[in-house]
Amino acid sequence: MSLLMPLPEQAIMARREELIARLRAILPAANVIADETARRAYECDALVMYRALPLVVALPETVAQVSAIMALAQEMSVKVVPRGAGTSLSGGALPLEDGILLGMSKFNRILEVDFENRCARVQPGVQNLAISKAVEYAGFYYAPDPSSQIACTIGGNVGENAGGVHCLKYGLTTNNILGLEMVLMGGEVLRLGGKHLDSELYDLMGLMTGSEGLLGVVTEVTVRLLQKPVSARGLLLAFPTVEAGARCVGAIIAHGIIPGGLEMMDAATIGAVENFQPCGYPLDAGAIVIVELDGTPAEVDHLVAVVESIARDEGATQTRVSQNEAERLRFWAGRKNAFPAVSCIGPDYLCMDGTIPRGRLPEVLTRMDGLAKFHGLRVANVFHAGDGNLHPLILYDASKEGDIERAEKLGADILRLCVEVGGVLTGEHGVGVEKRDLMGEMFDETDLAQQQRVKCAFDPQHRLNPGKVFPTLHRCAELGMMHVQSGKLPFPELPRF
Amino acid sequence: MRLTPRDEADVAEAIRAALARDAPLSIEGHGSKAALGRAVAHEHVLSLVGLSGVTLYEPQELVLTARAGTPLREIVALLDAQNQQLAFEPMDHAALLGGARDDATIGGVIAVNASGPRRIKAGAARDHLLGFRSVTGRGEIVKSGGRVMKNVTGYDLSKLVAGSYGTLAALTELTLKVLPKAETEETLLLSSLGAEKGLAALRKASGSPYEVSSLAYDPQGDAAALRLEGPPISVTTRRDDLARFLADFGGATSVLAADESRAFWSRLRDAEPIAGEGVIWRVSLAPTDGFAFVERLRGADAPLIAHFYDWAGGLVWLRLETAADAHATVIRAIVYALGGHATLIRADADIRARVDVFHPQPSALASLTRRVKEAFDPRFILERGRLRAEF
Repeated sequence: MSLLMPLPEQAIMARREELIARLRAILPAANVIADETARRAYECDALVMYRALPLVVALPETVAQVSAIMALAQEMSVKVVPRGAGTSLSGGALPLEDGILLGMSKFNRILEVDFENRCARVQPGVQNLAISKAVEYAGFYYAPDPSSQIACTIGGNVGENAGGVHCLKYGLTTNNILGLEMVLMGGEVLRLGGKHLDSELYDLMGLMTGSEGLLGVVTEVTVRLLQKPVSARGLLLAFPTVEAGARCVGAIIAHGIIPGGLEMMDAATIGAVENFQPCGYPLDAGAIVIVELDGTPAEVDHLVAVVESIARDEGATQTRVSQNEAERLRFWAGRKNAFPAVSCIGPDYLCMDGTIPRGRLPEVLTRMDGLAKFHGLRVANVFHAGDGNLHPLILYDASKEGDIERAEKLGADILRLCVEVGGVLTGEHGVGVEKRDLMGEMFDETDLAQQQRVKCAFDPQHRLNPGKVFPTLHRCAELGMMHVQSGKLPFPELPRF
Repeated sequence: MRLTPRDEADVAEAIRAALARDAPLSIEGHGSKAALGRAVAHEHVLSLVGLSGVTLYEPQELVLTARAGTPLREIVALLDAQNQQLAFEPMDHAALLGGARDDATIGGVIAVNASGPRRIKAGAARDHLLGFRSVTGRGEIVKSGGRVMKNVTGYDLSKLVAGSYGTLAALTELTLKVLPKAETEETLLLSSLGAEKGLAALRKASGSPYEVSSLAYDPQGDAAALRLEGPPISVTTRRDDLARFLADFGGATSVLAADESRAFWSRLRDAEPIAGEGVIWRVSLAPTDGFAFVERLRGADAPLIAHFYDWAGGLVWLRLETAADAHATVIRAIVYALGGHATLIRADADIRARVDVFHPQPSALASLTRRVKEAFDPRFILERGRLRAEF
């Protein structure tokens, strides 16, 4: 809990009553939450170890209200933290004691479904899964499916560039949205994209996606809809070791097959899952790989046979192919239960989210094991194997003195290891506050300064969600300074052509 | 003066020197796209051909890293040998802009966010750029992203530089997601439906479960074309299912086998059906608006010579008689009413210096765009004037 957030500005805290009164002039009284008990509900997101009581919670219902709040915040120099469903695993929606917590939960309507253009316009507070539910009668769905999809909202998905188990084949949020409406700090409303593809000039929609609520507040999203594959089958493959499983994953891709889903679990996780709710995973396996193949039945049957033969060649000790939909879902059930299952043996866990080049997996696992032993903790591993995204679950006991700190130190060591082998700190959970102070492992000062200059183009006073993503905040004026020296153009006209 | 840096450090030195003299730089690879964008004539050209070569290719990891000046054909050949490809199918501009075919560099492909008919399924260049190294207009070496598929560490600056025409930074090295090639492909052709009905058939197909990867309608020949890719067994069944699914539209059905199909789509990718004298526009709209756009253009008496539709009607390529404003006023008025954007791809340099080549933006968005440019290149030293007269 050594996290340093921007110090609350006393001058702002002192003007709290004025701020509340002015928010009440913008919003219905019930949508301005000032009472401490009610504000407590917003004190953290899914990264529960960090908490802060927001100065006030505002729940706008219209774009005009969002705009007015952002203009007011700018005028009064008050910080704003946007929040969707609060499912962030990296503390992206952690409130500030001197800031407005802007809850977007009332933006919960699907505005338009346009099957002919294969898209839907939705408000940011609509749950991810609700979009697919609303269009499934016509055979469509929205592809990105983060594990939290029953709760998380599309606005938050844009903020974090959410992925899911199907993103190797179907892409992340950034590949599945067509348009955004957003409000800048200060209240300007912008529309980016629409129902057409690839707007000219800078791709600000792409930039907004994954910007963790630091650049603007999303007020509408146009998402792409895909037709559901006519059939899907699963394979459950058991291997003696994680290395063998990883080799099989590489071989499947080398054969030119991009499965709809490609997941792996290690022995510790298999044990936890079978202990939690048995679903028939082989307890003697060193790793299991779940493969999902989708498409027309002829294609799926063909690919199932190919994958089965690859798996045997790679030394699978067991290959099971789902014979019906119930069996396919059973293969997935254990994977979907993995996190709660692990928390039963934990009793607490910290979920990491690094991504590595898949070929480095055996080495990373061995070294991770060493790190865990060094810190005296255990780690269970769940992987999005197709794309190299690791979710090491660090087991600890919050009631034990010093265990949280040890878990955090191990987590940081694991992420440093991911970067060292050519990977990244976070594949899908975001930097937020959790990985903020590790950004220097991946980027140098110049890289980070350039990212912050982009922030300055949107929010020059650092009022929108400050304290997240960047380890140190530099003033925009300072970042904009440039020193130019010498004036001779070098190496002209080399006779190279 | 042509500057030919040997490496990234040279690029940084060149840009810092240009900053000191306030001498704006054009950035070039092989120059195949030099005629795209607003017409600018900078005295100094920063050529990136010296930064060439693939530095990493791991087929099993679906990733390739190349220096910006690497010839595209070199990358394609390397991928081909492993049965892989750049799935976004970058178009070749030679048919429209002249110059040699097959002469692009990977840096140029990314800088214009190139794509092709498979865009609707596989995405554009932006969707395949995992990370990059560059020198900004501040003369600083900046990297972003990484070499892995899933990465949300920091802002996704890859999206910003893809399609930025070199106005933010000189790209020095690019890391791309590559994908397996389909085993085979076929194209189903529905002829004699007319444009309106043909486009409706394409839209219906785009909402089908048969994974159609490209959907185009060419008025010359009156053919709606639907591309199916995958293992042979899958392509054959999907083709038959799709033909049945669209039977109500009528028309004559025929099939292009693999080689013919590839040739057909590569011709469309490079916009060859509209090649010829005149001005050329590329218009991106909602698929349902493609037909309406062309009808309104005809209603406004614009001298349309040739056109065709890609992306199920969402992309319209046009060639018109030349005119002082290249018909920007009438085209933009229609696009404004429908939603979308229109890009002037080819016109004489004097026209491209006067007319907005890229679609005008509302003022708040235009200001933000300028601030983003300033964040990377406050002195407008890189490709000054290429995107907008103001910067």
